[in-house]
Amino acid sequence: MAAAVEHEVSHPALQHHFENLEQQREAGTLGMWVFLVTEIMFFGGMFFAYTLYRSKFPDAFASASNHLSLPLGAVNTVVLILSSLTMALAVYCAQVGKRRNLILFLVMTIVLGSAFLGIKAVEYRDKYVDSLIPGRLVPGRPFNPVVAAHGDTDPHKLHLMGSATVKHVEMFYWIYFAMTGMHAIHMIIGVGLLLVLLYFSWRGRYGPEYHNPVEILGLYWHFVDIIWIFLFPLLYLLGRHMLHT
Amino acid sequence: MQAPETFETPAAERVNYLNAQYGLKSWLLTKDHKRIGLLYLGSISFFFLIGGLYAMFIRLELLTPQGDFLSSATYNKVFTQHGIIMVFFFLIPSIPATLGNFLVPLMIGAKDLAFPRINLLSWYIYLLGGIITIYALLAGGIDTGWTFYVPYSTTFSNSYVIATGAGIFISGFSSILTGLNFIVTIHTMRAPGMTWFRMPLFIWAHYATSLIMILGTPVIAITILLLAFERLAHVGIFDPANGGDPVLFQHLFWFYSHPAVYIMVLPGMGIISELIANFSRKNIFGYSFVAFSSLAIAVFGFLVWGHHMFVSGQSVYAGMVFSFLSFAVAIPSAVKVFNWTATLYRGSISYDTPMLYALGFIGLFTIGGMTGLFLATLGVNVHTTDTYFVVAHFHYVMVGGTLLAYMGGLHYWWPKITGRMYPEGWGRFSALVVFVGFNLTFLPQFIAGYLGMPRRYHAYPPEFQVFNVLSSAGASILGVGLLIPLIYLIWSMRYGRRAEANPWHLPGLEWRTPSPPPTENFLVTPLVTWEAYEFAPPEELRVIGVFKEDESLENADAVIDGRPT
Amino acid sequence: MSEHIVSLKVYFTIFLSLMVGTALTVWAGLQDFPGPLNVIVALTIAVIKATLVVLYFMHVRYSSRLIWVVFAAALFWLGILFALTFGDYWTRTWL
Repeated sequence: MAAAVEHEVSHPALQHHFENLEQQREAGTLGMWVFLVTEIMFFGGMFFAYTLYRSKFPDAFASASNHLSLPLGAVNTVVLILSSLTMALAVYCAQVGKRRNLILFLVMTIVLGSAFLGIKAVEYRDKYVDSLIPGRLVPGRPFNPVVAAHGDTDPHKLHLMGSATVKHVEMFYWIYFAMTGMHAIHMIIGVGLLLVLLYFSWRGRYGPEYHNPVEILGLYWHFVDIIWIFLFPLLYLLGRHMLHT
Repeated sequence: MQAPETFETPAAERVNYLNAQYGLKSWLLTKDHKRIGLLYLGSISFFFLIGGLYAMFIRLELLTPQGDFLSSATYNKVFTQHGIIMVFFFLIPSIPATLGNFLVPLMIGAKDLAFPRINLLSWYIYLLGGIITIYALLAGGIDTGWTFYVPYSTTFSNSYVIATGAGIFISGFSSILTGLNFIVTIHTMRAPGMTWFRMPLFIWAHYATSLIMILGTPVIAITILLLAFERLAHVGIFDPANGGDPVLFQHLFWFYSHPAVYIMVLPGMGIISELIANFSRKNIFGYSFVAFSSLAIAVFGFLVWGHHMFVSGQSVYAGMVFSFLSFAVAIPSAVKVFNWTATLYRGSISYDTPMLYALGFIGLFTIGGMTGLFLATLGVNVHTTDTYFVVAHFHYVMVGGTLLAYMGGLHYWWPKITGRMYPEGWGRFSALVVFVGFNLTFLPQFIAGYLGMPRRYHAYPPEFQVFNVLSSAGASILGVGLLIPLIYLIWSMRYGRRAEANPWHLPGLEWRTPSPPPTENFLVTPLVTWEAYEFAPPEELRVIGVFKEDESLENADAVIDGRPT
Repeated sequence: MSEHIVSLKVYFTIFLSLMVGTALTVWAGLQDFPGPLNVIVALTIAVIKATLVVLYFMHVRYSSRLIWVVFAAALFWLGILFALTFGDYWTRTWL
């Protein structure tokens, strides 16, 4: 019985320590899933902090949430889910060997991802203008009493509801920036990797036999989408219903 | 043992992973898991020396009851840095990144790990984290204790908290990548015939360790980030004045840091399984029990972190649950100890250096583990927490446990790694010195702690001095016992007796390839038809790919497993 | 090649479902449901959306058992973090 595996003609993408492309693909996919497990635990810590403090300060969190732009948040959600679709379509094109469409869908994913980041930047800028950056790094009330900006001492701008206090609203914003900021960093990395993938797709590297990098970047991208699917309702939709009462 | 000439001849005449390529670039840009294991060996030894230096300062200060050698501020930095270096830059990576990296592919019959470049990246990330931490130490150090508790670390400490945190955060990625590599490799790259239950227990242990690395490390990552932002921006996530909770930090910190101690000890247990079975020439007793106990420790280890927080203000009911679960987690560890002991019974035991370390491990880990049960008992914990009892407990499991296993494993696989034997006489001598020195260092600390001596204090009431003097004396002996192997191991790399492929005559797959192995590990892809600890006469344990009559590789496909056909 | 190629029809169907889910989430967020229902509705929709992405976009429905287990393990471990830590916070006032 032969010890060695039948030697098919070695695909240029086959790495020397793997027996065949199938094993390499299996390893790559499993590797990305294991990595996503670490991401789930990473974001999980922040989701826990959110859950804890929201349960402690429901009114403050609802008040603070109302200051986020619901239209921008909703648009971003649509944009991101659309980018997940284009990413899935890119994987499909790689699987069936349609190079042009693969490139097209990768470009669309990059554009949509960048649009998401652009809208996020607008939102962040709005927070800065409204002096809603928590902590001591940025001067101005309502959070930073160390340096009070002129005429910016009106706590009622926060439209506090129920038992909400300014300090607890600050906690919300901290969590908002931490979570959306981490999410945005992951999106930036994703867009960067997409650009790399785009380059290699244009060079014709991916086809029905070998397209694992496209698949696994797809996994990463969908995961980042899922994080946002949870962030959107948890951050943007806490207190809207209370505005109508 | 009648060794065939070609593949048993001295390594100097054969191409192996050490001499296949020369030059700094071939090492710094290597993708070979064996070379990467050696790169880690060097850097980890370096950090161990630094951590040991800090230990020396601690023991020097504690010789006298007064705080006369170091100021209290400096002492705070010294014990903090001893802890940080030893935990994050020695204990956590040591066995997996050195022996694990080297042996996992060999033991399962693979040519390398699944992701060789990521393996190299993990070493560079580890170095980067280490360099940043060393910078923090040199710039002024950190004094928060390795546990970084808030609010001291976020608000009141004037030391380099963020820089140190950054170093640890970065090195955490190294841990994650190593674990990821092991999991994928073990799932997808086992040689034909290497089923899960034919794998050596070393592999099971590393698989379980990797699970912990993957699931736990991200949580300390986010914890350090939150800590850094709190310190920078004073937002108040852990500050009660803002509605935050300092105990939240402790929950998030210990969610990782408790499983982390199993990252430290599980690989050691894997080594001990190998040593006990192989140096008793007997199949391990209860293979599947030992294998599953590794997984059980990995899972249960995540359920007990609150036992570090019994006096923190945590709810008493939570404390009871954590206490109960902490008792439960001792069970799989005990299963291992029973099985090792049963393996020894009626075994053909040879007291070589690795076996001495293994026997030391069993005794010392048992003491350490049992004192852990005392600490897990709520009432006792209130008395012993933050005393030297705790310090002694964790040094028994980490030094008496992990370090001894590491030394045993290093000696055991030294001929495979370097192609040379270490001097056996010196090996046995140092093992005994280490054992004596270790016990003299830490046994008195149990007593001192139980009698009330607090930890992290540079001055103490004079009635504790006798224990401290004994402890410091022991530490010097321990230090000597660890320095001697450093010398003779390095010496042996050049002057040691050359080792054949299977100097211990053992059935493991790693022994069925030349010492040192060729870069691609095996001459042909092995086909495994034997169980993990199925001992056989030396003639049957030949290098895979070697044919009895004809030494040429052209006939290699007629030989699968090295057994005479 | 042993991989399963998901059809374009499936992708578009899932996408439309996700769009409906998003619209539903926004609408539900503006309604005032009694008690904790707002949270429950929002989270339920989010979980369904996430499940669709995981099963179809991430191909878990067509993947090996190992991948299922890996993903489930992550969720389980997150559950441990939440359950035991909340176990502390919820019972602090009991004594």
